[in-house]
Amino acid sequence: MTTHVVHDTDVLLRRSLRHILRSPDTIITTAVTPIAMLLLFVYVFGSAIDVGSDSYVNYLLPGILLITVASGIAYTAFRLFTDVSGGVFERFQSMPIARPAFLWGHVLTSVVANLTSLVIVVIVALLMGFRTGAGVLAWLAVLGIMVLFTLALTWLAVIPGLTAKSVDGVSGFSYPLIFLPFVSSAFVPTEGMPAPVRWFAEHQPVTPIVNTIRDLFAGQPVGGEGVIAVAWCVGLLLVAYALAMRTYRRKIT
Amino acid sequence: MTTPAGIEIVGLTKAYGDHAVLEGVDLVVSAGTIHALLGSNGAGKTTVVKILSTLLRPDGGSAAVAGHDVVTAAARVRESISLTGQFAAVDEILTGRENLVLIAELRRIADPGGVADALLTRFDLTGVAGQRVATYSGGLRRRLDIAMSLIGEPPVLFLDEPTTGLDPQSRLEVWKTVRELAGHGTTVLLTTQYLDEAEQLADRIAVLHDGRIIADGTLAELKQLLPPTTVEYVEKQPSLEDIFLAIVGHDGAATKETR
Repeated sequence: MTTHVVHDTDVLLRRSLRHILRSPDTIITTAVTPIAMLLLFVYVFGSAIDVGSDSYVNYLLPGILLITVASGIAYTAFRLFTDVSGGVFERFQSMPIARPAFLWGHVLTSVVANLTSLVIVVIVALLMGFRTGAGVLAWLAVLGIMVLFTLALTWLAVIPGLTAKSVDGVSGFSYPLIFLPFVSSAFVPTEGMPAPVRWFAEHQPVTPIVNTIRDLFAGQPVGGEGVIAVAWCVGLLLVAYALAMRTYRRKIT
Repeated sequence: MTTPAGIEIVGLTKAYGDHAVLEGVDLVVSAGTIHALLGSNGAGKTTVVKILSTLLRPDGGSAAVAGHDVVTAAARVRESISLTGQFAAVDEILTGRENLVLIAELRRIADPGGVADALLTRFDLTGVAGQRVATYSGGLRRRLDIAMSLIGEPPVLFLDEPTTGLDPQSRLEVWKTVRELAGHGTTVLLTTQYLDEAEQLADRIAVLHDGRIIADGTLAELKQLLPPTTVEYVEKQPSLEDIFLAIVGHDGAATKETR
């Protein structure tokens, strides 16, 4: 059975990766919004924002990476929705395929697609003057956090992908996720925010994740915030996975 | 008694909320036959097919496909069946050949490429094999859909309204394919709302109405349910279908199959 899961997931992963290769615009569209924000904030608003000694592009990039993933998972939900609404889903379900393979194929595709978008965004940031003293280990740590974060949001995206009635319903769910970084330390330090806003900003997942990636890029030691960041990612991942699997089980029985 | 490759349905019930769709369906499909399930829109034909193909759980009663219970042995049922749903379930972004290879790989067939090529030839799809399915016409799509269902040669095939929305030529092609399948010993449960389709293809015809099978038998048996035949003399006019097929130059062999 386990070998079936791996084999079937592999076949379905290659299928949806081929979808992405045939429509690379999904990767480009995913990267365009974060890149536009990067340009806007660095070259327009950046001069008015005081983030201390660091250059603003260095300060901003971690938050932009999270926004990239948040907009990228809309396509994950869309690809699932297309399968469900088009009948391909029912064909697969009536075949002797390992049950989890259908979802895992889409989830792994989402990770590959989002990492590709992230690489594009980082390249643009480098062209805009982003510099890091991060070593190999720090880069691996950033990669690890981004993969965890992508997995968490992807499993969340599975839910509308399976249940949405229309294309609008599929893409709508990601907007709040894209805007969550605005009320965090992603764009400006939280110190200047009014007390209730500041409290929210410092207790929502984006702030510790952004601060941790910033420290890793700056080559500084990651303190307790790194633990909180990973805990948020893992916690979100587990909750999203459980909810998505429950939705899936309801859908297939 | 059900032979191993047949279908046996006993007292099947299914409701969506308060709306009862199936209210005790009984049906036996013998192995290697084509059985048509006839009914108007909303009669519950698709619900029966979805339960038999393990996509829906019945509320009550039992159903066995190829000797396996659809609820307790769903995995075994899936190994014995193939479903061609109401809407062609094809991957639009992949090419026709890639669709076939995909299904062959998922069914763990030894030579996916070879199987795909053989089906492309058999279904006359070789010319469009390398094109994305998004560019296919409805008839081509349905042909590919049925070709995908035949991979792995499952002993039981469900065809849910296979010709709905097809032009007359594509319809004849689908009929031809279904007849060939039955010739090879495949058990076919075919749902349709077209009476002539059931008459053309099926060994037996069951009528689903108000959640129950109200008639089930061969065409000859069903005809006996009606008052005795009266003889009338009518002038035989060509049907519009005959005219359409004649003027678009359809090949003679298939035209003969229409009445």
